Parts: sequence; structure tokens; C-alpha cells
Amino acid sequence: MSENLKKTAYELRDYTLDLIYGAKTGHMGGDFSEAEIMTALYFGVLNVDPKNPEDPGRDYFILSKGHSVEMYYAALTKRGFLDADDVMNRYSRFGSPYIGHPNNKLPGIEMNSGSLGHGLPVSVGIAKGLQMDGKPNRVYVLMGDGELAEGSVWEGAMAAAHYKLDNLTAIVDRNRLQISGPTETVMHHDDLAARFTAFGWRVIVTEGNDIDALLKAFAEAKTESNGVPTVIIAETTKGKGVSFMENKAGWHHKVPTAEEYAMAKKELAAKIAELSEEVTA
Amino acid sequence: MNKIHNRQVICEVLMEHAKDDKDIVVLCSDSRGSASMTPFFDNFPEQSVETGIAEQDLVSISAGLAKVGKKPWAASPACFLSTRSYEQAKVDVAYSNTNVKLIGISGGVSYGALGMSHHSAQDFAAMAAIPNMRVYCPSDRHQTGKLVEALLKDTKPAYLRVGRNPVEDVYTEGNVPFEMDKATVISEGTDVLIVACGEMVLPAKEAGEALAREGISACVLDMYCLKPLDTKTLLEKAKNVKAVITIEEHAPFGGLGASVAQCLVENDPKKAKLLALPDSPVITGVSKEVFDYYGLNCEGIVKAAKELLA
Repeated sequence: MSENLKKTAYELRDYTLDLIYGAKTGHMGGDFSEAEIMTALYFGVLNVDPKNPEDPGRDYFILSKGHSVEMYYAALTKRGFLDADDVMNRYSRFGSPYIGHPNNKLPGIEMNSGSLGHGLPVSVGIAKGLQMDGKPNRVYVLMGDGELAEGSVWEGAMAAAHYKLDNLTAIVDRNRLQISGPTETVMHHDDLAARFTAFGWRVIVTEGNDIDALLKAFAEAKTESNGVPTVIIAETTKGKGVSFMENKAGWHHKVPTAEEYAMAKKELAAKIAELSEEVTA
Repeated sequence: MNKIHNRQVICEVLMEHAKDDKDIVVLCSDSRGSASMTPFFDNFPEQSVETGIAEQDLVSISAGLAKVGKKPWAASPACFLSTRSYEQAKVDVAYSNTNVKLIGISGGVSYGALGMSHHSAQDFAAMAAIPNMRVYCPSDRHQTGKLVEALLKDTKPAYLRVGRNPVEDVYTEGNVPFEMDKATVISEGTDVLIVACGEMVLPAKEAGEALAREGISACVLDMYCLKPLDTKTLLEKAKNVKAVITIEEHAPFGGLGASVAQCLVENDPKKAKLLALPDSPVITGVSKEVFDYYGLNCEGIVKAAKELLA
């Protein structure tokens, strides 16, 4: 299964690239760094049903780093929540429901986001509500690493531990770059694991562009923690999957030129072909 | 003098309903005492959530609770709730359309001498400017009760401001005319229209009576619904008068006066006087001293009416 998912992650990147190139807007770098995380979530972890997006038994997912919405659209279309062609043709166009940040009028999207630092506290509320009703649903929230400078994140972290929300899993897309440059230069937080530990969380550090490692981390996050919430620090590469975009802060929200687009398409196609062979082999 | 605070009535109505509706949840940010919510926390611990002094968290957690079917009421001082957690109100509540009721307690200049950090003279403007956010400011305990009952019946976001201190009754037990999102007509009149909300309704009522004694006919409206503003009643009553006065415990921008003026300018321009707090930190004092200093009282309204009609 995970061999298939490796390919899926690259197919999502390919769709995302087309989406951004077509609309001439988007956040390529953070989309690509989270490709495996979103793939693992939507094809291996989340209990969600595109035929019944409002199923009260569903798991909840909140994209706190709302600017990476293109990869969210890619995952939701591939999973059957949204129509791939409709999203491709209308994303960010005049009058479109597929705006540049999550829109919860669309099936499969729980909350509007876009302003950073909201996702974790909102997820705390969801997890607390489920806990009050004794429900088994789980809550997942994906944050960026630059986002962790927002104070509201730590209000949420404090509350999650206080309320003993072991139904909550936060994921940090630790790609080490934000719009102005390296996270460690902009606002240091390399002691992230220690910080979450100090706030009373269980911390799992994992390779974040590796499906197998992520699935293992998500499985571990589901194991009994006696009231302790879990954070998965996913060590990723910004722009992962296209050689000239990797680890370049400039690709945070740059739109590729025609030449760059062609090169990126070629690289992704080669990778998808290579992974297809692995699957059949 | 009535000793029952409006905030106390909110707690009583919520407790009455919480017995049968386990989804009603009250959240406080170390504010249960000042919100008069201690009885709710004591009687319904399973339906109470304390967030600590973290207003941003208070509002986001409320939105999350609403997402799973809870009916959260978040009570925190209006000064903090309407500014510190403004973006959470905008994005997590209004924009995401979650069923969260925000209760701004100790609103306006209720905190008196504590100064501008604790005054919320901008909350109407701030909250009303957010699409999908309704704004209410009831005048007395009776109307507060009716309003909370009405808000319990809907599933849309709302911001509700109440003051810190008990206020004299405007209405009497058993005689509380109330229709959701409709201004209450306190008196009919043909010379001047006085539109008030919150703690300014009582002086408006008194001013109407004082003017009547001098042969001036005043229509007084209790516009507890600042958004959606009851423009129908407003225009209907404005049609009969020569001038309009608005009075509110709020900055002169974006509140009741601004909304009423906006409606009148577009539909039926009138001579008007908009009575409000000044665009500056208010003078030190308890509410009454502050109101009297700025003419936010019966005398101030009577004076304005005479000037407008002169």
C-alpha cells in the first residue's frame, strides 16, 4: 500500500503544479513539503467518507497552514470530495468557491483558515467537544513551522494538555523555511520537541517526506497516551519533489515560468513513472 | 433600585435551558465571577469550559465546540473579547459560520476608573463590521432574558454586550414587549425621534417624558439590535418627526449613531444629533459620573432636542 501512496504523493504534486500554474497563484513550497503528510492522512489515516462528508463519526482534519490549500484541494479531489476538473478550471478564478485558503462551504473542509495560529485552538475545541460526548473520533491539525511564532498556538497547546485531549494529533510541517528565509533566522525554535514536551505533549519526530515513516508515526500517535495529546514533528523539505524548488524560500509563493513549469512537469513525471514501476515490480 | 445584573439573567436563562440541553456549554477566560457565571460552572461542571486568561483560545475553542454540535456561549470582558480575540471572532466564528454566542461583559465604561484598557467603546463598531456577525445590546434585565431566549433558538453567530452594574428596569415584569431583531417602541411621537440602546435607553425614556411635559412629542426607540438594525421601524418612526437623536455608550464611530445616520442619509435625511462617548480616553469616574460629564443623560437628550427643534 505504501508504495502506491508514494506515487500518490507525487500525483498530488503534479496536480498542484498544474493548479498553481493555471491560476498563476499559489504556495508551491509548502504544498510540496506537505505532500506525503496529506497523502498519509487522506489515504491511510483519516476516517472520512466523501459520500457523507458530514458523518458525525468522521475524523476531523483542520489545515491550519491554510495557504497550502492547493495540496488540500489535490488531496480532496483525489479522495473524491471535490471534482478534479472543476477545481482545476475554477481555482482562484472570479466568483470561484475554490479560493486561495480553505473554504468550509466546500464538502470535506471543516473550517475556514488562512490566518495562522487558529487551527490548533479550534482543534482543541473540536477534541474537547468529542471528549465531552465520549466519542471516539480523532482530530488532526496540520501547522506550518513558521506559524509556531503565533502566541495563540501555545494557548491551544496549553489547553490541549490541560483538558487531557489524547484524541488530538497535531502535525508540524517542519520544512525550516518561511517567506522571509530560514525559520531559525526569522524566529528561532529548533528546540521544538522540548517546547511541546514542556507543554505536556507527547512528541514524535519523524522524516516527513517518507510515507512509511509517517504512517508509523500516525499509528504511534493513536496508541494509548493516558490523556496526553500528541504532536508529530514531520521533518520535511520545502519544495520537495522538484529539484530546483527544494529548500528555496523564494518558492514559498512563486509561480513557475513556462520553462520552469515544463522542467517541473518532467521531473514529476519521471518520478511517477519510477514509482509506478516499483509498484508493479 | 433593581439589584439584578443583566449578566446574572444570562446565567439564569442558560441554566434553565442547560438542564434539558446538554449541548449548551459556557466558556469563560478566568471571568466566571465577573460574568456572573459561577452558578453555571458550579451546577453544570460537565458543560463548563475554563480557558484561563486566553481570550483568543476562548473564542477558537468555542468555534471548535460548535463544530461538533455544541452550543457555546463564551463570556469575557467586552474590552478583551472584542479586540484581543477579534480575529478569532472574524475567522473562526463569523467566517466559518459556527454557532458561537459571544457575551461581552462589563461593556462600555462599566469598569469606570480602571481606564481605557478596560473600556469597550469600540465593540459595536468592531463586531458590526464583520460579515455574518450580529450585534445586540439589551437595555434591562427583562429584555436581556428575552434576548437570550431568542438567541438560544438560532444557530448563527452573535455578539451580545451587557454592562457590569445592575441597571434600573425599563420594562416591568410581565410587560416586556420583545420581538427578535425589532426595535421596541417605548413611546410614539411626532417632533423628535430618540434612538437608544443598552444603558442609554432609560435616560432616553426619561427624556421623552420630560420633553412631553414641555409640549414636545418624542418617539423613543429601544434599538437593542444594532445589527441587523431594525431599519423598517426606524424609517417608519423617522417619517413623522423633524429631527433624530441617537445615544449610546460607545465611541462616535461605527456604533448605533453611525448606523442610524447611514440609514437615514440613504433613505430619509433628517437633522440629527449623535450623542456618544468622545474620541479619547474617557474621564475617570464611575459610569454615572462619566455619562453626566459627557451629557449622556436625560438632560443631554432634552438639550439636544431643543437645539434641533429651535
